[in-house]
Amino acid sequence: MTTTTTDVALMAHLMRRAGFGANREELEGKVDRGYENVVEDLLHPSADNRENLPDDLIRRYHVDQSELRQLDGAGAYWMYQMITTNHPLEEKLALFWHSLFATGYSKLNQARALLNQIDMFKRTGFGSFRDILIELSKDPAMIIWLDNNDNHDGAINENYGRELLELFSMGIGNYSEDDIKEASRAFTGWTLKNAEYMSMRAMKDSIWPYSRIAWHFEFREHDHDTGEKEFLGERGEFDGAEIVDIICKQDATARFVCTRLFQFFAADEIDEDGEAAIEQMMASYFESDYEIRSVLRTLFNSEYFKGEAARYARVKAPVETVVGAVRMAGTYRQPTLGVNQLASQAFYMGQGLLQPPTVEGWHEGVEWIDSGSLVERVNFAAKELGNPSNPGVRAIVDRLVRDGGTAQSAADIVDGCLDLMGPLQVEDNTREAMVEFASQFGDIDLDAEESVAAVANVMRLIASSKEYQLA
Amino acid sequence: MVTQNGNHDKTLVVVQLSGGNDTLNTVVPYNDGLYYDFRQTVQLDGDAVHPISDDLAFNPSMGPIKRLWDEGKVAVINGIGYPNPNRSHFRSMDIWHTAMPDDIGREGWLGRTTRELDPAGDNVLTAVNFGRGMPRALGVRGVPVASVGNLETYGLFPDVQDEFMRKYALDAFAKMYGGAQGRDAVMDFLGQTGTDALKGADILRTAPEQYQSSVEYAANPIAQSLKSVAQVMLADLGTRIFYTQHGSFDTHSGELVSHAKLWDEVAGGIGDFYDDLREHGRENDAVIFVFSEFGRRIKDNGSGTDHGSGGTAFVIGGDVSGGLYGQYPSLAPDMQLEGDLHYNNDFRMTYSTLLERWFHLDSEPIVNGRFEQFEFLPA
Repeated sequence: MTTTTTDVALMAHLMRRAGFGANREELEGKVDRGYENVVEDLLHPSADNRENLPDDLIRRYHVDQSELRQLDGAGAYWMYQMITTNHPLEEKLALFWHSLFATGYSKLNQARALLNQIDMFKRTGFGSFRDILIELSKDPAMIIWLDNNDNHDGAINENYGRELLELFSMGIGNYSEDDIKEASRAFTGWTLKNAEYMSMRAMKDSIWPYSRIAWHFEFREHDHDTGEKEFLGERGEFDGAEIVDIICKQDATARFVCTRLFQFFAADEIDEDGEAAIEQMMASYFESDYEIRSVLRTLFNSEYFKGEAARYARVKAPVETVVGAVRMAGTYRQPTLGVNQLASQAFYMGQGLLQPPTVEGWHEGVEWIDSGSLVERVNFAAKELGNPSNPGVRAIVDRLVRDGGTAQSAADIVDGCLDLMGPLQVEDNTREAMVEFASQFGDIDLDAEESVAAVANVMRLIASSKEYQLA
Repeated sequence: MVTQNGNHDKTLVVVQLSGGNDTLNTVVPYNDGLYYDFRQTVQLDGDAVHPISDDLAFNPSMGPIKRLWDEGKVAVINGIGYPNPNRSHFRSMDIWHTAMPDDIGREGWLGRTTRELDPAGDNVLTAVNFGRGMPRALGVRGVPVASVGNLETYGLFPDVQDEFMRKYALDAFAKMYGGAQGRDAVMDFLGQTGTDALKGADILRTAPEQYQSSVEYAANPIAQSLKSVAQVMLADLGTRIFYTQHGSFDTHSGELVSHAKLWDEVAGGIGDFYDDLREHGRENDAVIFVFSEFGRRIKDNGSGTDHGSGGTAFVIGGDVSGGLYGQYPSLAPDMQLEGDLHYNNDFRMTYSTLLERWFHLDSEPIVNGRFEQFEFLPA
């Protein structure tokens, strides 16, 4: 390989992980800009160069995406943003926090509150983990999801305190049952402004049990347990914010957060070198005062991330599968009625946005795959990328001609498509099957219109391969 | 599959009424004045319903089920539910799917059943879902379940119109996924899963080809799903669990019109399905289980009804002892649960009865407890 193709492959890897993939022209532009500069661009999404589909346009075409109370419209709305954004890491990181702090529609029956939470992830997600946990503890959707509105002075509800430690920060085995109780005491009085009104509404209105109005955080001093607490070996009249302070300085927390980030952005499985990369991330976590941006910078610039071991070492999540295929195909760039179907497609593959199966979130990695979900994944990606009238498919054909001329063998077409759709490294057996398939079209003259369909059929097959299931 | 002594597999056909079916307008307490008091608007005409006892009657749209009731093939389970009813569609449906009312369960009860019926996972078609997206009831890691949108076009690349192109692509897919040893365990797993999916699709595709029947199912989705069930069942592919659903029964407004249409479709589909099995001498090989995540509010809201609790389930089949099971909940104001019907029998009693008496499985590990059984199936 020449230096250039190596660089393109590395940039494609970065953009699959820190985003939802990029086409060849975008990749070449980024290679020119330089890897570390691109990492910084990704880590600093700025407000003034936004290119995603504007809200007013979405809302003009999609009434259901205006109020955003319903699940389908809300999931589609977020998916639009992932498809059209030029700040892909912002969306990807929000998806990470949504997977970690999995909050679901099933209990809330209010999608707007969930999208407010997602917006909060976009606003705070690169910052200090401390600030993220504080914002999470004040988030109305989270308060309802884990019953902190039922957590009172003298009558604690442990649900939030427990999951904060077990699922959101430290992981099981690093604290005691007493620590859970003490943390819960510290979060008493962290509730919603209109909690009573909402429960009254809930008796009468079973369509919107938590009402149609907006939810706001409220700290109720009179319902807050101000007494002394003992938490992880420290004593004091702790408030929730101080509990978060103590959580954030634990080694267990650094390890937990960095491991989860590693598995989401680098590799499903952690080998010895991966362990070393996690150690580097943990060092950044402490040096930067828990800043997630610094932790991600360390990861993306690590030798591990850039090396062979991390390449295609993750099973794509369903949302990545859908958004990645759509971005490559160049479809849904404008408001389209079918966009609600896109959110459903990811659900059919096992990942409904805003509807994680439980508070634990989704079981990721190889557990995304079963015979039913695989059929859905293959059929969706194959249809998007096998359609010669989709602009992204057409662009790949044009690029094949530019790079290799109009007369190409079946093997040239397969290799060219594998390169432009990845570059994707496939097993010998996979490539043989593809070349055999492409050979049915005989000599391909890329000037002829029917050849576009032939290339699209090769792309369809690539999109259905085992290797395409990986990111 | 057909066993050596010529018997066919016993199958369970689940019909899920999604959205919360209104119990009061399904099995109607048509001689109870309170019904007419609470249902000022969303009220069925007492002369139009199909009486099944002095107190209760089926919805006017349930004619085909009434016909099976008259033959003694329909068990009506009144007052079915679980403690501390949850009125969220999603959560309540999860409870029915996982058989775990208190904790959040990960495994579906029918997924566990599938694992018990086929522990080695020999048949990729032991459980077949008709519809898009896998219901949680069938979800257990490592247990293959086929999820079929449309039996006629089921499989890979349904959008490819050119039959030759589709065949070439399928051959290439088989080769890509069927290679010997992959480069690692993940590739091997992907290869195996893809091969299973292809195998399931290939076998399923044979079912409509073999099928012949004089029954003409209606064009609506539930009738067509039940037709697909009949096709797969009659092809003897070893499927033991079929899953279908219909909706939306979430009739907050305009209930009288929409609920009648829904039951026309469900009852018509079930009647046709039963007739189809009977035409093939197979009506004793299937039990149909009809349920919904909850019932609806006793008092109507002027146009429809809001989410409630305490539902009705049905078990229908040639081997079923028809009749009324459970207690019909009282509508008396002091007997209501926050304006809803009280449940009086745990849904896991019905699950246990189906598991023990139809599949001859130990129900305890599947439903997470030991429950009393009903007599709607012979012990």
